[in-house]
Parts: sequence; C-alpha cells; structure tokens
Amino acid sequence: MWIESTIAMRFLRQGKAQTLLILVGIAVGVAVIVFVVALIAGLQANIIERTLGTQAHIRIEAPEEVNRIAPPPPGALQLVLEDRRAQSLRPINNWQQLRDVLERLPGVTAVSPVVSGPAFGRRGDAVASVALVGMDLSRYLRVIPLDRNMIDGRLDVGSGNAVIGRQLANDLGLRTGSKLRLEAGDGRDAIVNVAGLFELGVRELDARYVYLDLKQAQSLLGLPGGVTVIDVTVDQLFAADQVAAHIAGLTGVHAESWMESNAQLMNALSSQSMSTNMISFFVAISVALGIASVLAVSVSQRTREIGILRAMGTRRGQMLRVFLVQGAVLGLVGSAIGALAGWSLVAAFNNFGPGLFYIPMPPALVPAAMALATAAGVVAASVPASRAARLDPVEAIRYG
Amino acid sequence: MAEPREVMRLENLRKSYNVGRPNEVEVLHGIDLRVDSSDFAALVGPSGSGKSTLLNQIGLLDTPTGGELYLLGEPTSRMDDHARTAARGRHLGFVFQFHHLISAFTALENVMMPMMVSHGRPDRETSDRARSLLADVGLEKFADRRPTELSGGQQQRVAIARALVTRPALLLADEPTGNLDTRTAADVFKLFRRFHETHGCAVLLVTHDPRLAETCDRTITLVDGRIVN
Ligand SMILES: Nc1ncnc2c1ncn2[C@@H]1O[C@H](COP(=O)(O)OP(=O)(O)OP(=O)(O)O)[C@@H](O)[C@H]1O
Ligand SMILES: [Mg+2]
Repeated sequence: MWIESTIAMRFLRQGKAQTLLILVGIAVGVAVIVFVVALIAGLQANIIERTLGTQAHIRIEAPEEVNRIAPPPPGALQLVLEDRRAQSLRPINNWQQLRDVLERLPGVTAVSPVVSGPAFGRRGDAVASVALVGMDLSRYLRVIPLDRNMIDGRLDVGSGNAVIGRQLANDLGLRTGSKLRLEAGDGRDAIVNVAGLFELGVRELDARYVYLDLKQAQSLLGLPGGVTVIDVTVDQLFAADQVAAHIAGLTGVHAESWMESNAQLMNALSSQSMSTNMISFFVAISVALGIASVLAVSVSQRTREIGILRAMGTRRGQMLRVFLVQGAVLGLVGSAIGALAGWSLVAAFNNFGPGLFYIPMPPALVPAAMALATAAGVVAASVPASRAARLDPVEAIRYG
Repeated sequence: MAEPREVMRLENLRKSYNVGRPNEVEVLHGIDLRVDSSDFAALVGPSGSGKSTLLNQIGLLDTPTGGELYLLGEPTSRMDDHARTAARGRHLGFVFQFHHLISAFTALENVMMPMMVSHGRPDRETSDRARSLLADVGLEKFADRRPTELSGGQQQRVAIARALVTRPALLLADEPTGNLDTRTAADVFKLFRRFHETHGCAVLLVTHDPRLAETCDRTITLVDGRIVN
C-alpha cells in the first residue's frame, strides 16, 4: 500500500489547481451538510423542548365511559344506533397502586398524579373560565418545570394558596397577594390567596391554569381522594409511545404519549428531517460526481504514465488503489475542512446569529460527515480507478 | 563471460488485430526467434512491418493470437495478467521512444520506481544501485530533478537507468533514439552497449537508423510480419 499512497499523493500534489478546486467543492458541500443538519437538529430539539415544557411525556386518564350493549341472541341481526356517553369528570381507579406500579416501570423517571377540572374564577364582576389543577408540588415539578416559569411571588400551593397564570391575573386584575374566588359548580367554591404568578409562554395555559394543592382541588371538584390524570416522565423521549402502549396494555387505563397528542408536530418534524436528508443526499451526490470527474480527467491526462507504470510491473490492483486512495484522500481532507467550516458556521450562528435558539453540535456529526465523504470519495473514484486499472499498456504507451 | 543461455524464444508466434471483426488483420505470420543472454540485437524493417507489434509480444505487454513465447524457458501463453505483470517487473526492462518518465517523481525516484512498485519502500541497497546507475548514465548531479527539468537526451538516459534497476534478463527498446539528434543517439547506443557488457543482459532494440543497427552484433530483419534473414 506504500507505493500506491505515495503515487496517489504525488499525483494529487502535482495537479494542485484541480486538487484545490475539488477540495473547496467538497468542503463547501460538507459544510452545508454539517450546518444544515446541526441547525435542523437544534431547531427540532428546541421545538420539542418547548412543547414538553408544558406537557407530560405520557398522560394517563381513566378509560372512556362506553355504552354497554347486550350481545344479540345467536342468529339475530343487531342494528345499533349509539349515542356516545358524556364523559363526566371521573377519577382513576386505585390510582395509588397504579402510581406505585408506574414508578417501578423501566424507563419511567417521574410520576405525578393530578386532579384537574373546570371552574370559574371570579373577582368582583369579572369572571373567567379556569382549569383547576391540583397536584403534589414536588412530584409535579419533575414533570413540568413550573419553578423555572415563575415571574412573581412564590411557588406555593399549600394551605389556601394558589398559583395562577399571568394572563389570568391580567384578565381578573389580580396580583400576588390578591384573593381569588373559585366556583366549581354545585355550590362548591373557595377563596384562595394568589401566592405567585407563572408564565409558561402558552396563552391558553397562562390564561386558564390555576394550580392548587391536591386536597383543595379534590374537594372543589367533588372528587375527594381521587385523581383524574397521572402525568409520567420517561427517560427516552422518543420511546414515550412504546412506554404508553406498555402502560395501557398492563393496566387498562388510557395512556397517551406526547407524540400522539402532538401528531401534527411529529409529522412536521419528520418531514423536516426528510428534507434535511434529501439535501444531504443530493449535496453528497454532487460532491461525489465532482470527485469522479476530477479523477476521470486525471486518468486521461496520465494515460501514458499509467501505461509505463503497468509496463514496469505495476499490477492492476495497485493501479486501481492509486486512484481509490486519491478519492479517499480528497474526501477525507475536503470533509475535514468542510466540517471545520460548518462547525464555525454553527458557532457563528450561536454567538452572532439571531439568538432565537442555541444549536448544539451533535458530537457524532463531524466524524459521520467525514466518514461519509471519505466513503463517497472512494465510491466516486472507483469508476475512473477501474478505467485506469483496465488500460491496455500498449495503447496507453502508444497513444498516451 | 558466462556461457550464453536462452532468454527468450518464439515458436510460430502469430498476432492478429481486430480478431473476429470484419477488419481482422494478421500482422505477425508465425515468427520463430531465439534471443540469448549474449545477444545485442537490432530489430529492423520497413515501417508497418510489425516491429513494434513483435516487441510488445516479447515484452508481455500484449497477448499473441497464436504460437508460444518462452521467457527464460517458461511458456507464457497461459499466464494471466497478474503473472505477466510480475514477469515484466522481474525479467524485462523497457525503453520507449518517448522516454515516459513519471513527471511527479524525481529522476532518482523514477529510476527506483520498478523496484518500488514490486517491493515497496526502497531500501538502502536499491537507492545506492539507482544512484550508481544514474552515475553510469552521467546524471548523478540530476538525481533530484523532475523530468520536466531535464533535456530529451537526459530523460532518455534516466529511462535507460530505470530499465536496468531490476537487473532484467532482457532489455527491450522501441526506437529509443527516435527523437534524439545523431550524436545523442550514438551516446545512448553506447550506453546500451556498455550495460550489455557490464550487466550481461540481452538487448533487443528497434531502430530505423542503419548506422546504429550496424553497431549491433546481430540484425533481425522483419518484412511484412516475417523474419527474412
Ligand atoms: N492496434 C492496432 N490495430 C490494428 N492494426 C494495428 C494495430 N497496431 C498496429 N497495427 C497494424 O499492424 C502493422 C504493424 O504495425 P507496427 O506498429 O508493429 O509497425 P512497425 O514496424 O512498428 O512500424 P514503424 O516502424 O512505423 O513503427 C501495421 O500495418 C499497423 O497498421
Ligand atoms: Mg513501431
């Protein structure tokens, strides 16, 4: 392999202008791939992080109430016109046991039982429709980082305290320390003290959520001791649907992963990934074609030299490798330059860009891009290389 | 000098071009020829008589369409490309009309090239031998020059040194002085002669110059694909 690499390197160095041009071409291509892939990966991670900032990975509810229809006697044909039942606010059966089971499941990192239902918030004449969320604070925080979204006051839901969204506070003219009257129907109401304000950045939530202690919410909603939802956090974000299916199968409850609840988002993300892959693929193809054409020109230019090398005992396989090595070296060096350039672009975007989000550099991206470019270089070189290997020395020496 | 031994022998060797096509043409019509290690032979004949074709068969650069070619007693017609390439590298040296040095390498590296392609990185002995061959052709000072920095005659001398670095049994040259002036051509011929005597390798060269042919020990004349003397 020594002589093959030596000849390959000399050939590349001799054709300096061609070599430099194609290196620039490869570098630009690889820089584009690295930057686009990192950008899209960063963007997607950011979108998912934002989405999951206000949502649990898996949301568990009691199974839907369905009509029980008696089976027809054998031989009879049954036509059913069914009105779906109203889904009343209902607790999850045996939620304490369910919670303990969930906590022991592999892949589950946090479990937070929540009781949640509708109510009205009233202050003087102003009324707002709100969603009561009763939870165990320490558990809840492991699912949704509410503490990071506090903008005023304290995060305290104990003893008659509530934490409300900034929009709701605006709508009802409340601030930290104000009193808020909550009416949940059937004469169940309470006056709570606004201990703090949060802003999750989702208007719907900021205008409606009222966080309470589990007990207080249970009594307001008329579900003493019950919970309506169990939020679950998993360690593998994209395995949430499998864990959800596992939970549903295991316990018979209704478990929905964030991926199902955000099907449209997932769809958008996967088409985005697909277009990134397409861009990478076509850039890689054009880089490979560039390498192939440069080496094809080199083979024609060196026909005579190839002939004389063959005459003096260079084997076909050696001749082949001389050009494969050139392809590999072009791919490797070009992609190293390109990866550096792409990485600099990412750094520039992070430091001087619009600052909308931060692009982390996936650690495997640069080695993967370089390995891909090197492999593409070898594949691209294989056509001119096999032409060089098959050259008839007689023809090459005579006409070269 | 040692007892001359057979280096190469042709038996009824034939070569056709464009085999199986309407323009098929037989260029060599059954050649019988033997070259010994003591031979310093000129291959002459009119243009188009098949001299280059014959030399390419002998040099294992091409495959005959009939007959047999023995190199150092070994029949070659059944050899595959790999074996022929190895035989070329080991036993044959080539000098062509257009010197054909590898332009990306220095004169010294060009001389070492046949050793490098079969044995890899050159050892001390190889580079010493290459240097002494360069000195023999009067170019020791030009060892580190690139071919483009040498004159035509100098390049041809480098090519001759290169052809001898593997100690070939047979040196083949197709019009090696074809594009050199008369004096340089005579000098190059003297080099061949000297190497023939000092290295004991057989030399077979094609030339159009009758005066140069006369300086050879043996003349093989080819007319229309047949040997006539
Ligand atoms: N590749 C080929 N295809 C077809 N015919 C060929 C081919 N090579 C040579 N010939 C023919 O073979 C004959 C011999 O050619 P060759 O080159 O051996 O002649 P030569 O004796 O070397 O001539 P010159 O002295 O001009 O070099 C010529 O008629 C030539 O046209
Ligand atoms: Mg000829």
